[in-house]
Amino acid sequence: MSDYTKEFLAMSKAYEASGGDPASLSDGRIAGLMVSHRRILRSNDAPGVHIEGEETPTGVKAKITVDPGVNVEHPVHLCFGVLPKEGTQEIVSEFLVGEGSKASFLAHCVFPNAVKVRHVMDARIHVGKHARLEYSETHYHGEEGGVEVLPTARITVDEGGSCRSLFKLVQGAVGELRIDYEADIGKDALCELDARVYGKRNDAIRVKESLFLNGEKSRGLAKSRIVASDHCVSEVVGEAVGNAPGARGHVDCVEIVKGKDARVSAIPRLLVTDDRAKLTHEAAIGSVDKKQVETLMARGLTEEEAVDVVVRGILR
Amino acid sequence: MRQGAVISVLDLVDVGLAVGGKPILHDLNLHVLPGEIHAILGMNGTGKSTLASVVMGLSGYSPTSGKVAFLGEDITSLSISDRAKRGITLAWQEPARFEGLTIKEYLELGKRGSRGGGPPPGECLLMVGLPPDRYLQRTVDATLSGGERKRVELASVLSINPRLSILDEPDSGIDAFSLNRILDAVRILAKNGSSVLLITHQNEIAASADRASTLCGGTILRTGDPLAIDRFFRNHCRECPHGSTPSGEVLLHE
Repeated sequence: MSDYTKEFLAMSKAYEASGGDPASLSDGRIAGLMVSHRRILRSNDAPGVHIEGEETPTGVKAKITVDPGVNVEHPVHLCFGVLPKEGTQEIVSEFLVGEGSKASFLAHCVFPNAVKVRHVMDARIHVGKHARLEYSETHYHGEEGGVEVLPTARITVDEGGSCRSLFKLVQGAVGELRIDYEADIGKDALCELDARVYGKRNDAIRVKESLFLNGEKSRGLAKSRIVASDHCVSEVVGEAVGNAPGARGHVDCVEIVKGKDARVSAIPRLLVTDDRAKLTHEAAIGSVDKKQVETLMARGLTEEEAVDVVVRGILR
Repeated sequence: MRQGAVISVLDLVDVGLAVGGKPILHDLNLHVLPGEIHAILGMNGTGKSTLASVVMGLSGYSPTSGKVAFLGEDITSLSISDRAKRGITLAWQEPARFEGLTIKEYLELGKRGSRGGGPPPGECLLMVGLPPDRYLQRTVDATLSGGERKRVELASVLSINPRLSILDEPDSGIDAFSLNRILDAVRILAKNGSSVLLITHQNEIAASADRASTLCGGTILRTGDPLAIDRFFRNHCRECPHGSTPSGEVLLHE
């Protein structure tokens, strides 16, 4: 078996463990990109979807274009990972979703054996007029927690467009996670940023989600759901800036602390520069809600099982 | 307690509860018989929900005096889970909401009950008037209206097939059209062998009970035929001048 095949199979296995469907990685009808460390293992276009990938000394540069007016039938599958215990992977990517098109992306990032891995995602995302993008990124880590995960996204949503992003890291321990997403939202456009993270061991988590509501009647949601256990430390910064008439933004943060040594904090920042904009925020941080736990205990669950059901629910 | 040859399902004996030095319940005696629907009537603030919390064993509601017995066993010091495993459950007046938990999953928790669960989730929803195809995959979160959430709560009690169901105002926030559904669900519970401790303000609901008790100032004033208790409640409690402390005059009506 060639090195390529071995690596592809190992990545596929990790991809499956993270919840991905490995069959989609070899299905010619499905657009996709698979990157193992600094090597592109697969790059496949589909009708209306073009992927240009280039290996660099530190990772990969990728440009993914969805043609205007295209409704992409199958989600575009992306798989990034580092299989060795150590290494750096920098993915510099650009997503261009053409006017009036509709596409969804399923990204899986896998680091099953990491002891000292640095994974940098630097994305530029442009959603054209009246286009729709759904981007879901799921991480799969081992229990060692030796990964630095540094995802950065600069998102632009043009008039009438919508962008929904979901970031999930609930399997394994990460090490250090610093999410920094910013969205410029145009007239009648929508952007939702949603991060769900289960922090364990000595994980350090920082989530920063910023919405710039620049267009008239633009709408935005910065949502985060964090569970911090063991010695995990978490900080969430949810930011919304209302710059236009009729703009509506909401920051919604829930952080649950499990155990006496974990720490969480939430910092909402709201700024209105137009007196016809409106921003709101809500945050609930601390222990699991007692009433939720007692409700489940009254159905026969133990306290531990009840907490687990609540936690899994908010991270789903 | 034995009433004739019948052993009560639930006995509260001289139960008292003080919170922060303030008495909430005192000298409370109540006996719920097998398979009966036992209504509890009382003004706001008289201790009805506290009574429900004491029976379920919620944190902060451990009696400061007296005992709670279930099927003859003293359960005063048992946890909520242990009580649930014996067949007791509670439908909250304002039920909790859960992100990411579907109604189907919520109702399937009933399988963990002492009797292995009741009807499947879809049937339980039908019993409370919620079409399963529209509700099973919905989430038990803030997207449900108050009335929908309360009906889901009742459905979850049905799904457990409990020995004792404590229903804290299952009728509040329910539209008149759906009230009969609630009533039917309560009757199904009793028909399936559950005793029901039914806290309510609605006389139509109270009238469906086998017996009723009126609660005032943290103690049971009178127990008997639901219509007679409802009449007593209306005559004495609507304009009760005694606040949370029943006077000797009212107690003399016993």
